[in-house]
Amino acid sequence: MPAVRETVETVRSIDVDAYKYGFVTDIESDKAPKGLREDTVRFISAKKNEPAWLTEWRLDAYRRWLTMREPTWARVDYPPIAYQELYYYSAPKSTEGPRSLAEVDPELLRTYEKLGIPLREQEVLAGVQNARVAVDAVFDSVSVVTTFKEELAKAGVIFCPISEAVQNHPELVPKYLGSVVPVTDNFYATLNSAVFSDGSFVYIPPGVRCPMELSTYFRINEQNTGQFERTLIIADKGSYVSYLEGCTAPKRDENQLHAAVVELIALEDAEIKYSTVQNWYPGDAEGRGGIYNFVTKRGDCREARAKISWTQVETGSAITWKYPSCILRGDESRGEFYSIAISNGRQQVDSGTKMIHLGKNTTSRIISKGIAAGRSENTYRGQVSAHRRASGARNFTNCDSLLIGDRCGAHTVPYIEARNHSAVFEHEATTSKISEDQLFYCMQRGLSGEEATALIVNGFVRDVLQQLPMEFAVEAQKLIAVSLEGSVG
Amino acid sequence: MLEIKNLHVEVEGKKILDGLSLTVKAGEVAAIMGPNGSGKSTLSYVVAGREDYEVTAGEILLEGENILEMDASERAARGLFLAFQYPVEIPGVGTMTFLKSALNAQRKSRGEPELQTPELMKRVREAAKRLEISQDMLKRALNVGFSGGEKKRMEILQMALLEPKLAIMDETDSGLDIDALRIVAQGVNTLRAKERAFLVITHYQRLLNYIKPDTVHVMAAGRIVKTGGPELALELEKNGYRDYVSEAA
Ligand SMILES: Nc1ncnc2c1ncn2[C@@H]1O[C@H](COP(=O)(O)OP(=O)(O)O)[C@@H](O)[C@H]1O
Ligand SMILES: [Mg+2]
Repeated sequence: MPAVRETVETVRSIDVDAYKYGFVTDIESDKAPKGLREDTVRFISAKKNEPAWLTEWRLDAYRRWLTMREPTWARVDYPPIAYQELYYYSAPKSTEGPRSLAEVDPELLRTYEKLGIPLREQEVLAGVQNARVAVDAVFDSVSVVTTFKEELAKAGVIFCPISEAVQNHPELVPKYLGSVVPVTDNFYATLNSAVFSDGSFVYIPPGVRCPMELSTYFRINEQNTGQFERTLIIADKGSYVSYLEGCTAPKRDENQLHAAVVELIALEDAEIKYSTVQNWYPGDAEGRGGIYNFVTKRGDCREARAKISWTQVETGSAITWKYPSCILRGDESRGEFYSIAISNGRQQVDSGTKMIHLGKNTTSRIISKGIAAGRSENTYRGQVSAHRRASGARNFTNCDSLLIGDRCGAHTVPYIEARNHSAVFEHEATTSKISEDQLFYCMQRGLSGEEATALIVNGFVRDVLQQLPMEFAVEAQKLIAVSLEGSVG
Repeated sequence: MLEIKNLHVEVEGKKILDGLSLTVKAGEVAAIMGPNGSGKSTLSYVVAGREDYEVTAGEILLEGENILEMDASERAARGLFLAFQYPVEIPGVGTMTFLKSALNAQRKSRGEPELQTPELMKRVREAAKRLEISQDMLKRALNVGFSGGEKKRMEILQMALLEPKLAIMDETDSGLDIDALRIVAQGVNTLRAKERAFLVITHYQRLLNYIKPDTVHVMAAGRIVKTGGPELALELEKNGYRDYVSEAA
């Protein structure tokens, strides 16, 4: 690759500031040109005024990414992604976003209405140009945010954009970034490492129970995180934090490809509870325009008795490729995965978890509820493994699939691997259809076909809904009903 | 209230109702008695709007309006209630949640305001008390792990809450011991009113000692073969269905 080397040489030979300056004047705006090259990575890093170690870290990721290939083992099918046709920093919004709600897919607007989202907030979610003004008005919560921040500061909790943490917490970020999801972990994670835009950083000091649930909602004013979100959460010894990500409203984004990385680190006796509601735009009736969501989420129970619990409600995106996992390194550490994955229309979901038992007497629990409707494909893919020294490891997996209609598919792909004889892994799986008896019974009582389906599905996923924080659970229930619309009759 | 004219119904090509006609007036309690397999449950399903039953001829009018084109929920909102012979379990759905969803869905489609939870709880508790349904049962998932008798009582509780115009009860007495039978019958009797009609389907005369019918219809081989007063039930108890079955065949 002489061309690449040449570029690298050229870039190295010039001073970063001059380079940056030149670059900006060159395109007369605050964005990188289309495509991904080494100078794009340098540009992103320079834009963020990053320390040299991080620039190198990104470049290393980029170089490795060039040698990697997109994984093909998942049960998802999509046209090849033209990586050199994408924007990797601040994609131009002026030409691509709708100018007003009148230009937005009416289906999407109806959904907003059903979820009871106010007009101005709808504009933001639908990606209407200049909706930022509205954000400030809608989330006119400066005082709320301030109080929130004061509370956290009092407890010693750090919660800020990761770009800010890079500047202000050199004692933490280099130590933990990439320590759970290594730079070379997989194609998408490596891409993310090279070009990540922004995301959350959380640090909970030893012995602190975070006084409130941390939600990305409170970060919305601060930074547009973009398509390559990067999150890093560290719970120090004996601490606890519950983190909520996402939002029930279907979000539109002009960037079709999303490749986020989330790393969680729980030290001795610490606990992290991470809840997600993912509802990216799934595309139109034919599946056009939906988001491709390739996410790498992993938690490391690094020390004894640490606990990490993932709860997810996945209803959006055209393609979901996502396996929030736990590395159970500390003795007696515990990992949990609770998942509801709903697919409708032409959606394709390939999601699940990995529980890697390395420490002694480690335990894990997996409850997965997959619901497939329309012409969607819904796959649970899970791996439970016990290392040689993981004596007394235990896992319980319950994996249920529900089919609505007969044009969709549900698949279960469990991998189980025990290298230690004392490991006990239990696996239960069921696949069922919503019965005509149940539907008729509910409808006889006055529920419409869709309401009946939603009610039955809510019953089906109850064990997982219960894991969500209260307000989130209520919203998720509404969301489930909305996601299943058009799946009956 | 309910008028069924010359109803023909098939399931998977098999004829089950064969020219059935029946009229139930407002305020009336009508009983349908008939041997197993005569099509009683099928009749109740077809009136309630279950799919997969093909109506090849005939009409069903509720308060003078043809309901055949309506789906089950629309019929329910118009005041039609079916107490199932085999109530269905809905795992994970709390009984209270179910009751609230059902009642409010009906109210919504009638353009009435939703009932708030405290008022609903009050109504449910009152009905539950009358039917000797424990608070604990109300907290469980609907019908899941309920005994046969508990399921039947829960059907009556729903009926009381939904206040239908026409209630069809499909063998609500089967599987009930004598105490449960008395409780259920009492539940029904308190709901009797001059604007409300009941169609009580039963295999045995026993229930009719507790719920006194105005009219008794005998059903055999998919149609009504005889109609009379309460004395007809006693006659059937004595002589069985044999005469009617051979007559219909
Ligand atoms: N879904 C169905 N498919 C095929 N046959 C059915 C179905 N439902 C009822 N039948 C048949 O129709 C006849 C009447 O059944 P049913 O209405 O349950 O009678 P009853 O309630 O009087 O005992 C029986 O022969 C039964 O086997
Ligand atoms: Mg029957």
